[in-house]
Amino acid sequence: MIGNYRDALGEALVRVGSEVEDLVVVTADVSKSTQSIRFQQRYPARFVSVGIAEQNAVGVAAGIASFGLPVIFTAYAMFATERPYEQIRNMVAYPRLNVKVIATHGGINVGEDGVTHQAVEDIAIMRAIPGMAVAAVADPGEVTAAVRAVVRNKGPAYLRIPRAASEILHRESEVTFALGKAETLRAGQDVTLIGIGMMVWECLQAAERLSAEGIQARVLNMRTVKPLDAQALLAAATETGAIVTAEDHNCCGGLGGAVAEYLVAHCPIPMEQVALRDTFARSGEAGALLAAFGLTADEIRAKARVVVERKGNMRIGSIC
Amino acid sequence: MLSANQRQALELMARTIRRHVIEMTWRAQSGHPGGSLSIAEILSVLYFSEVRYDARQPSAVDRDRVILSKGHAAPALYAALVEAGFFPRSELKRLRSIQGLLEGHPCVSIPGVDVTSGSLGLGLSAGCGIALAARMTDHDQVRVYVILGDGELNEGPVWEAAMTAAHFHLDSLVAIVDRNRYQNDGATADIMGTEPLAQKWKSFGWNVVEIDGHDVEQVANAFDCARGMKGRPTVVIASTVKGSGVSYLLDRPDLHYKAPTTEQKDLSLRELGFEQGPDDE
Repeated sequence: MIGNYRDALGEALVRVGSEVEDLVVVTADVSKSTQSIRFQQRYPARFVSVGIAEQNAVGVAAGIASFGLPVIFTAYAMFATERPYEQIRNMVAYPRLNVKVIATHGGINVGEDGVTHQAVEDIAIMRAIPGMAVAAVADPGEVTAAVRAVVRNKGPAYLRIPRAASEILHRESEVTFALGKAETLRAGQDVTLIGIGMMVWECLQAAERLSAEGIQARVLNMRTVKPLDAQALLAAATETGAIVTAEDHNCCGGLGGAVAEYLVAHCPIPMEQVALRDTFARSGEAGALLAAFGLTADEIRAKARVVVERKGNMRIGSIC
Repeated sequence: MLSANQRQALELMARTIRRHVIEMTWRAQSGHPGGSLSIAEILSVLYFSEVRYDARQPSAVDRDRVILSKGHAAPALYAALVEAGFFPRSELKRLRSIQGLLEGHPCVSIPGVDVTSGSLGLGLSAGCGIALAARMTDHDQVRVYVILGDGELNEGPVWEAAMTAAHFHLDSLVAIVDRNRYQNDGATADIMGTEPLAQKWKSFGWNVVEIDGHDVEQVANAFDCARGMKGRPTVVIASTVKGSGVSYLLDRPDLHYKAPTTEQKDLSLRELGFEQGPDDE
């Protein structure tokens, strides 16, 4: 079943807004496309739009948060993280203010609008900021739980939401979303496929195909790139001995980078990444773009076969 | 209207702030003395006449807020905060040192610092946010003061925030432009002209007050005027002299980020009317 993120985010903001009575939403002239307009309609006194001025929006959010109110700043990932990067770093993260950057339009699944609107560095740059939590949702069913989790977690956080309609993986009422906790979607002993965002679904499809070929893949929805779920990662490394990461993001500094940093230090098993190969994408229909740039179940399957091959008869116990 | 005694006390406080600035930057052998000295009267009037705070409760939600958006003038802010009683005087001797409380630019771990600053152009946005939050939470008495450098006005986000403040009728917000006419590389008129400055702010919807920023009476009157203005934010364009109070810094943009030598420090203290050295307090 397919669902869309716009409705999910609008609903999430209203619901979390009813639970957290002093929550403020700041946006920058994208209240319709993020559906934060629904929060505005319900709680007009707690909604601020500063117009097309994202740098100012982050400063305003920081000021509101410094007054003791939790704030969500919502816009497209490109303009929510990359335009006001320094403001987030110096005005929000350094003083550890309670500002949550919740961005839609993360990744090339943005599609037709093209490269200027496709954030493929946002996870890397947010992750590079000390103390910044970084999370991503894998389907519309996770959005409310994810928004609630970042709002309830004290301090600065980034939550990334895709744009394109997605397969529904979760029944909303059944989701428990906690920062630093991965979700195991499929058991397996031969290789672990770790996805975030829309690539989680592709990991599941890849696991199906691998299973038919005699390779049993574990699938993790990593959910938070920072903090990583070290326990789940170490278990995946020691129990399956091979890892493939998958993300709609550039290959530098995102999920793949975070997992690689961890593995090198703790359990250096064979690992491959499915991500953009240090290139910009282009305009096009989301599905066609993801296929053209190798962000597919087939690519994950192929990389899984590579790491399983490399693992060979390696004795994991001797290196981890 | 200030009484003669108030006026004298505020002038003395400005002199004391200058003394601390010279001593601190001399001891640290780094920092921005010139741009700190130009706001001595502004800080004196703010902290000792205008702003409502309790140094024993620096996080009280209903306090007024001061944002030093031109964060490189931190030594002057720290001098005012120490005189206001926010932290011990001994900290001034450890400015910018790894053992000390006082970072090179203001940060919120320092009691009395309301907003982190140092990266130019960001403070006015935070000021808008605070004024909006105060309104949302019915803390209408909270006033917000943002001190900007005139060079800082080159930064685009200042004008995004200027639009925001006027749009939301943030009459609790006061911007103070320290118009000392110099920035890092030289005179503001040469680097990036900002005139006609008053007209710019007016056209953005602000109440504009132009004053001599070294006259405590005029500074105090400007804040009175701001308090009386309903429905619009106020900007106080304060004409100042970079390095004001000490001769060696006058018209020396090359000394923007230069600490005084011992000779310059001694000369400055004499000019400020303090014959004793820094360790004699």
